[in-house]
Amino acid sequence: MNIVVCIKQVPDTTEVKINPETNTLIREGVESIINPFDTYAIEEGIRIKEKLNGEVTALSMGPPQAEESLRQAVALGADKGVLLTDRNFAGSDTWATAYTLARGIKKLKDVDLVICGKQAIDGDTAQVGPGIAEFMGIPCITYVRKIEEIDENKMRVHRMMEGGYHIIDVPLPALITVVKEINEPRMPSLRGKMNARKAEIEKWTAADIACEVNNIGQMGSPTWVDKIFAPPRREKGVIFKGEPAESAGKLIEALKEKKIV
Amino acid sequence: MNEWQLTEDQKMMRDLARQIAQEKVKPVRAELDEKGEFPAEIMKVLAESDLFAVFVPEQYGGLGGGCFELCLITEELSKVCPAVAVSYAASALGAYPILLFGSEEQKKKYLPQIASGEKLAAFGLTEPNAGSDAGALQTTAEKDGDSYILNGNKIFITNGGVAEIYSILAMTDKSKGARGASVFIVEKGTEGFDFGKKEDKLGIRASVTRELVFENCRVPAENVIRKEGMGFIVAMKTFDSSRPGIGAQAVGTAQGALDEAVDYARQRIQFGQPISSFQAVRHMIADMATKIEAARSLVYKAASAVDSGMKDVSKLSAMAKLFASDVAMEVTTDAVQIFGGYGYMKEYPAEKFMRDAKITQIYEGTNQIQRDVIGLEVIKESTKKKIK
Amino acid sequence: MPIKIISDKCSGCTKCVQACPFDVIEMKSREETGQPHPRFKKIAFINEGCNLCGACEPECPFDAIEITKEEKKPRVALDEYKNIWVFAEQKNGEIEEVGLELLGKGRQLADKRGCSLAAVLLGDGVKGKAGELISHGADTVYVMEDGMLKDFLDEPYTAAMQYLIEKYKPETVLMGATTIGRAFASRLAARIVTGLTADCTELDVDSSSGLLHQTRPAFGGNIMATIFTEHHRPQMATVRHKVFKPIPSDGSRKGEIVEEKYPGKFTSLSRVVEFIKDETQQVNLADADIIVSGGRGMGKPENFNLIKDLADALGGAVGSSRAAVDAGWIPYSHQVGQTGRTVAPKIYVAVGISGAIQHQVGMNSSDTIIAINKDENAPIFDIASYGIVGDLFEVVPQLIKQLKD
Repeated sequence: MNIVVCIKQVPDTTEVKINPETNTLIREGVESIINPFDTYAIEEGIRIKEKLNGEVTALSMGPPQAEESLRQAVALGADKGVLLTDRNFAGSDTWATAYTLARGIKKLKDVDLVICGKQAIDGDTAQVGPGIAEFMGIPCITYVRKIEEIDENKMRVHRMMEGGYHIIDVPLPALITVVKEINEPRMPSLRGKMNARKAEIEKWTAADIACEVNNIGQMGSPTWVDKIFAPPRREKGVIFKGEPAESAGKLIEALKEKKIV
Repeated sequence: MNEWQLTEDQKMMRDLARQIAQEKVKPVRAELDEKGEFPAEIMKVLAESDLFAVFVPEQYGGLGGGCFELCLITEELSKVCPAVAVSYAASALGAYPILLFGSEEQKKKYLPQIASGEKLAAFGLTEPNAGSDAGALQTTAEKDGDSYILNGNKIFITNGGVAEIYSILAMTDKSKGARGASVFIVEKGTEGFDFGKKEDKLGIRASVTRELVFENCRVPAENVIRKEGMGFIVAMKTFDSSRPGIGAQAVGTAQGALDEAVDYARQRIQFGQPISSFQAVRHMIADMATKIEAARSLVYKAASAVDSGMKDVSKLSAMAKLFASDVAMEVTTDAVQIFGGYGYMKEYPAEKFMRDAKITQIYEGTNQIQRDVIGLEVIKESTKKKIK
Repeated sequence: MPIKIISDKCSGCTKCVQACPFDVIEMKSREETGQPHPRFKKIAFINEGCNLCGACEPECPFDAIEITKEEKKPRVALDEYKNIWVFAEQKNGEIEEVGLELLGKGRQLADKRGCSLAAVLLGDGVKGKAGELISHGADTVYVMEDGMLKDFLDEPYTAAMQYLIEKYKPETVLMGATTIGRAFASRLAARIVTGLTADCTELDVDSSSGLLHQTRPAFGGNIMATIFTEHHRPQMATVRHKVFKPIPSDGSRKGEIVEEKYPGKFTSLSRVVEFIKDETQQVNLADADIIVSGGRGMGKPENFNLIKDLADALGGAVGSSRAAVDAGWIPYSHQVGQTGRTVAPKIYVAVGISGAIQHQVGMNSSDTIIAINKDENAPIFDIASYGIVGDLFEVVPQLIKQLKD
């Protein structure tokens, strides 16, 4: 079983703060981490490998620094890491990113299963996974919360839906995106980390994976960021302190006055 | 800042222990403490992360580190939960007699299981009437053909019941006093070996402290460590190697309490400003931090001495344990003080550190015993000096 | 790269490094990069992680950053594409509310642009629902019925929509950011080679060019971005529940219902075995107008009854913070926040939740936020419209009692 896990290195957005005076981002000291949703994808890939044998390849597109996140994936149990890195990838939107990753997977050959996190915390689009599946021409099941059965040829998965879940049968090769509920990622081991330090992370350029120039980077991206700006700030609210009964009364009064309740 | 010149591997171990402490231990520490529940799940995580391998040589399935690595990890775990740290470190304590004095067969049989974390180890010395006075042991081991028959009780044994491999001190010849003691490897499940009362403790409540009961327990002669009568030497050398670990536990406990106190002091507003801006608080923080740094230096020095194979480490080991544990008690008490009324409440982590700190002044030799050891060594050194 | 640092102008001041939300700008030694300067030793270097968001450009005091838009040739004849479409998602034959909300916004956009608004309805035996879409603002409803379209499957749905888009060439297609909508829209956009913008919170249209101004939060809600799809059609966007409002149903509205037939046969490798209603997943937080959430301060699972009572008194749903889910007090399906659900109800009540940023990003676009916490320094109070500092076990029972009176 050949499994590819797509991961993204992202800034830890939860560490980001807004400067209240200038209303701009304070990014100082914010670390780069593996997109949290991708850690569930890595774990699921390793679990399947432990059950069915095979190989897990962690794949990422990004700057050379993203190598670190691939090493972390190796420390957790991935067999190898591949980084798609090229100045010409800069400016990629989800379309170009999905295209590029699909080209990378094509070069890996005979891939049975692609696993992605449900979305990345910096962009929150959830678009890349299904996009990759489209470029590969394979089925895609998003928001998988459980793999009930899997063998070399097919699997049965549970897709989380509003108000319940779908049980879906799908032949392999296929792509799934996974939600947090699917597993609890393991901690890396010291031996894994030592392996990871020595592991060679392959780096492939646009030429290595035979990309069409018009499909990558800014040229291959249909969307264009016109501007970015700070979100409107919430007004400072009204805080009640003191006797609970009194505070509760004042709150209800205020809500009624504003016709909120 | 890297004053101890940690190697890449050591940094990796420390960082991994820190990550596990933050992600796996912190969310459950209060609950484990309240229920007095052994952190079996966390031990599994530590095992899968190879952290039990750091103090075992490579040929026995370890990663080839020593006391220093053990201290680094114990300190990190203690910063978040000393009870988890001691459950971890007690396995090393149980392993030391085998590591230091075991035969090749014993090492090959037991160390890989300890290194993988598949089995925990424990050390059994203390008895109802013999703690600091180890010569008063009442547990006996009588030779009977190819085996020994053990009888007696051990109390206050960390990891009692959860460990699989025990290093047990018993008298093989009472007439010889301290020279008549021997150490046996006893596996859980051996007939005649059972567990008694589980203690309800002031602190380190998530760690198991339990009575061991031996009733005509037959142990094969091959399980004697080194040879009959070596018991005290094995125990004392074990303590020489393990006491820096208690020191590390104390340093971690103190650091954990200080970190919480500083965070709190920066957030707590009184008279319109954070209390960290008051000199009274700031100076407390300064003293706490300084003491911790001094204790850490002593602990690291003692651990390095142990690993260097230095001959007489008793004094340094005892100093590390003594000083760091006294610092832990002082610092955690001050941390509660900085938290004020909240510090006294279980909802905040300060009081737990204070309760957890106390034991470090008591176990593996009370601090009074440590002072005896140190005093004796210093005087011995003086008598050896040539008078000019 | 379409973004570059003008060597002569860069002073190495690091303003751009600080401004970059994605941490892709670093300072390099000019010696190393072979760009010596008589006064400055360092120069900014932008790595390949750059997504051209443009945050750095205005921050540079020396105008040393230049973003050049590469000239792209449209892949299709843009002016052939007309009108605005809304994908009306159905589940079990019922139209999802988000589709009606999108018709509400779509109506405004179509009126501004002076074009028509159409809804697309895919399913099996759903034709009867087309009138509902007309009464909520659609001028035209394209209905395609087929057994294979009964439940969502990405392959037949993508094929059906591709067929319709290629046949009618809409200028803009809006979809709900539901589980189905997100997967479907992504696959479709990849196939028909066009731009897709997820989770838009604001949409506007240029009345003359038809260019859709798509605004969405990114970076955990810390920044907003306005995004264009200039050279591709249709322009596609997804929008979450509750972001827009439907226009009131008007039975007298007239519209055309066009029945479509897929020219080929749908195929799908994947197959829905069944839909399992899950009691623990029943909480449809996305639909709730009022949500009362409990956090770490609840202390134990039994105390969530208090949250439930308050939710009942207000007529709302029960949510929770991650801490409460991780502690096992309440199932994951209730979790609001970064790794849980994102919600935007009219009223969000946070009880015993400190309000870490991970929680805030999941609820900070709620209309009114009410916080109850004993720690007056809890970050939740920074975003609360109303707050009560006090013990929740005293405050909440009081609220319930006074609400009932």
